[in-house]
Amino acid sequence: MIRVALPVHLRTLAGVGGELKLDAGDSPTQRALLDAIEAGYPMLRGTIRDQVTQRRRVLLRFFAGGRDLSNEPPDALLPPPVVAGTEIFFIVGAIAGG
Amino acid sequence: MSTVRILVGTRKGAFTLTSDGRRKRWDIAGPLFGGWEIYHLKGSPVDPNRIYASQSSGWFGQMIQRSNDGGKTWAAVGNKFAYDGIPGTHQWYDGTPHPWEFKRVWHLEPSLTDPDTVYAGVEDAALFRSADGGVTWGELPGLRGHGSGAHWAPGAGGMCLHTILLDPSQPGRIFIAISAAGAFRTDDGGKTWKPINRGLKSEHIPDPTAEVGHCVHRLAMHRSRPQVLFMQKHWDVMRSDDAGENWREVSGNLPSDFGFPIEVHAHEPETIYVVPIKSDAEHYPPDGKLRVYRSRTGGGEWEALTRGLPQRDCYVNVLREAMAVDSLDPCGVYFGTTGGQVYASADAGDNWVPIVHDLPAVVSVEVQTLP
Repeated sequence: MIRVALPVHLRTLAGVGGELKLDAGDSPTQRALLDAIEAGYPMLRGTIRDQVTQRRRVLLRFFAGGRDLSNEPPDALLPPPVVAGTEIFFIVGAIAGG
Repeated sequence: MSTVRILVGTRKGAFTLTSDGRRKRWDIAGPLFGGWEIYHLKGSPVDPNRIYASQSSGWFGQMIQRSNDGGKTWAAVGNKFAYDGIPGTHQWYDGTPHPWEFKRVWHLEPSLTDPDTVYAGVEDAALFRSADGGVTWGELPGLRGHGSGAHWAPGAGGMCLHTILLDPSQPGRIFIAISAAGAFRTDDGGKTWKPINRGLKSEHIPDPTAEVGHCVHRLAMHRSRPQVLFMQKHWDVMRSDDAGENWREVSGNLPSDFGFPIEVHAHEPETIYVVPIKSDAEHYPPDGKLRVYRSRTGGGEWEALTRGLPQRDCYVNVLREAMAVDSLDPCGVYFGTTGGQVYASADAGDNWVPIVHDLPAVVSVEVQTLP
């Protein structure tokens, strides 16, 4: 299972206290993972990526295993440690605003 | 005895302020949706327990929340606002074409007859409607497509559709206003629209009397007389007696005719309220005195209402959505400030008291008068 850590506002919105555990299929990509998040937690649709353009919201970033995955192609495979569940896929709000 | 419920949207969450009809003691609940910008909340006039809220964030985008129990519990409903067809472009600040991009919902206007039907005014300016309680949304594309849309340009606060007035006497008639395009009207439920800006004069645009391009801040009407409209424009307070076909200035003796909200007394259609602000460059009250101005003559002649309001060292603003009235007698008037105060008058503006002092900056105030 893939482990996902959400920012606090999205945890509140989704009604979850800790990390998500999701099955994103046999060859999980970033797109498949976001599809799985939105299927499991429909209230998060539009909060991580725009519903029309499907682009990541500009003030959110994706990290895992010490790497910034934010600008990886959406159909690239996720790193094996993320797929294996040994590394958490972090969705992080940018330090911005007031 | 009646209950008054004030729905307050702020930069960091929503609050409800509740009192009985005496309007002396208030229960304050919140924050709801803490940390999110709540541009607007509004209850259905048909079912006051049905309340819609616009919740947004620079990080996470737009959410629409719905309550079916008067605000005790909430559920996220639909938040997909897709422009109809290929959105095209409008003018950017520098006059160049800029793609239409959805940013947020500024205003939610529930139908006068159906609690499941609600309109949303959005930035970049467009009008959406849901007929299923906010689950799905569709644009009324005739507004952007009526011909002038490509020439609209944003005001400093963004290109927002902020006012939606539903005419209770003509079901197909809707008035809307956009900063900085102007006011528009449909008579066929949103299929076709026309600009209604004749008589407006805006010195800060290339053609001061242009058909579109005016920075209208707010429209107001009394439901008993929907052909009479009042407008707080960027500068100038205006009035129309023919459903927006023609406007005339009624700023009269105001100390400044710049401001944001405008509101009409619940029982006196000729009594209106504004909050003068010093200028477009200085968004605070003239002379550091927070004064509501009331006209009992539908504009032209204005009196300052100051009792209970700070009369020195006050430099807050009152935003366009942040004033409302209840329907009790005497009429209650309420407004919120960017300093986080919500003021109430239970006597039509003669005397004011702060209900709460230290909320986040107040963006919107709506009032429900409950039996």
